[in-house]
Amino acid sequence: MRLYWKYFLIQLKSKMEYKTSFVLTCIGQFLISFNVFLSVYFMFQRFSSVQGFTYQEILLCFGITLMEFSLAESVARGFDLFSVLIRKGEFDRIMVRPRNEILQVLGSRMEFTRIGRMLQAVVMFIYGVSVSHVTWTFPKVLTVIFMLIGGTAVFSGIFLLFASVCFFTLERLEIFNIFTDGAREYGKYPVCIYGKRVLQICTFVIPYALIQYYPLTCLLDRGKWWYGLLPLAACLFLLPCFALWKCGVRHYTSCGS
Amino acid sequence: MHLTKSPKLHPSSLRKYTAFFRLHFTMGLQYRTAAAAGIATQFVWGAMEILMFRAFYQTPDNGSFPMTFQATSAYVWMQQAFLALFMAWMMDNEIFTCIIDGNVSYELCRPIDIYNMWFSRSMAGRCSKAVLRCMPILLVAAFLPKPYGLMAPASVPAFLLFLLTLITGLAVTVAFCMLIYMSAFFTLSPEGIRMVAMSVVEFFSGAVIPLPFFPDRLRGFFELLPFGSMQNVPLRIYSGDLSGAAMGRAILVQFLWLIILVALGKFLNALAMRKITLQGG
Repeated sequence: MRLYWKYFLIQLKSKMEYKTSFVLTCIGQFLISFNVFLSVYFMFQRFSSVQGFTYQEILLCFGITLMEFSLAESVARGFDLFSVLIRKGEFDRIMVRPRNEILQVLGSRMEFTRIGRMLQAVVMFIYGVSVSHVTWTFPKVLTVIFMLIGGTAVFSGIFLLFASVCFFTLERLEIFNIFTDGAREYGKYPVCIYGKRVLQICTFVIPYALIQYYPLTCLLDRGKWWYGLLPLAACLFLLPCFALWKCGVRHYTSCGS
Repeated sequence: MHLTKSPKLHPSSLRKYTAFFRLHFTMGLQYRTAAAAGIATQFVWGAMEILMFRAFYQTPDNGSFPMTFQATSAYVWMQQAFLALFMAWMMDNEIFTCIIDGNVSYELCRPIDIYNMWFSRSMAGRCSKAVLRCMPILLVAAFLPKPYGLMAPASVPAFLLFLLTLITGLAVTVAFCMLIYMSAFFTLSPEGIRMVAMSVVEFFSGAVIPLPFFPDRLRGFFELLPFGSMQNVPLRIYSGDLSGAAMGRAILVQFLWLIILVALGKFLNALAMRKITLQGG
């Protein structure tokens, strides 16, 4: 943990050398995710509800999902550029050091401009929670905390998964954006509105629904009580991702010079 | 460093720029794997977008829809198929790098107008990406069941007008991107401006949600902005949402913005050339 903090400081210092660009990029990041909010806002200017969810409920869902994603992103987005590390052969350097590989990959690059999105996420989260007509009880607060933990785990798992795939493909595949940025984008609405098939995929293949739709119904007093515990089950998703990473490390053959 | 004024665009020198267009067009066609991955991504993206709209259309008590569901589906598929033409964030990174690291000096030594060259180059890059990607998406979308798929265009004239506005829309988008390239001459760190501009374009051009879904007063205003002249016009002409007098007006606005943006870009270009400092050594 101390090492991660150190990486954090080094990266922050190097980014602060270019201040104006940094600030503008932060604003850009903020605006891009703000667009998603605006799309929800204007859709509900015209329509009153979607599949039984009101505007306030959607906002709660959006706020929590965005928060989950931003938390995961601030931890694990370093995996995004992992293919570059591999192609340049920089992963060799990491392997010879007597520290955990994952920690070093994460420390090798951090995007502080994501703070724009993080800020957005915090604002949306607070706004979503405050306008929702949920009567907050202890189990519900606990459910939200579970959602944040589970969500961070699932999204981090996805980042890790796609970094592991780079061991074999050497190339970052654009298609993975569906599962990261796409999930954030479409996670603004509860997964169930996209239809049964999508819900099934999001329950059993990649457990988005476990961190979003099911516990949300619990918060809104519509689901069974144990739906609130599902986000914790979603944490299990990390296991296969980690296994694949280990497998990738074992199969790694350097390709740089 | 002062440079002599670039030569005027002359009919015979137009050949140079079409050559640039051809060169970058064929270069872009080489990236087939990237295109395949892009197609899959856009397909899922389009499907999710349509499923989202379906949820709104299926909900009872949702009274007034500005477009039929079929028109919305067509809009979404066309948007995904021609994504490369209109997405403002797909900018040419080489242009930015060459301004920042000073390699632009080589370009300036050539007896060509840098604005026209980059303009034709950007057009070509976007066209080749779109050509590679549009066919599979259009084909699959055309075979999807009724309200979810892409219908045939309403009529032959409508289709021709769609093509015409598609090209003008592309030109307006590129002309707008040119302004951002030009800004790199002045700021040298274009990242921030670029991101802000991107999100503004996304929102106002109808990439986030189609412009008809906005409240009427806002929508009227948005249609007059340069961003409303990008993808909004061709996509809505195809889906049959825009026709008659409104369509004529939209096309007029498109051409107007094209002229204004190009003029502005050329002006910035001239300004940049007069006070350019080359970076790097």
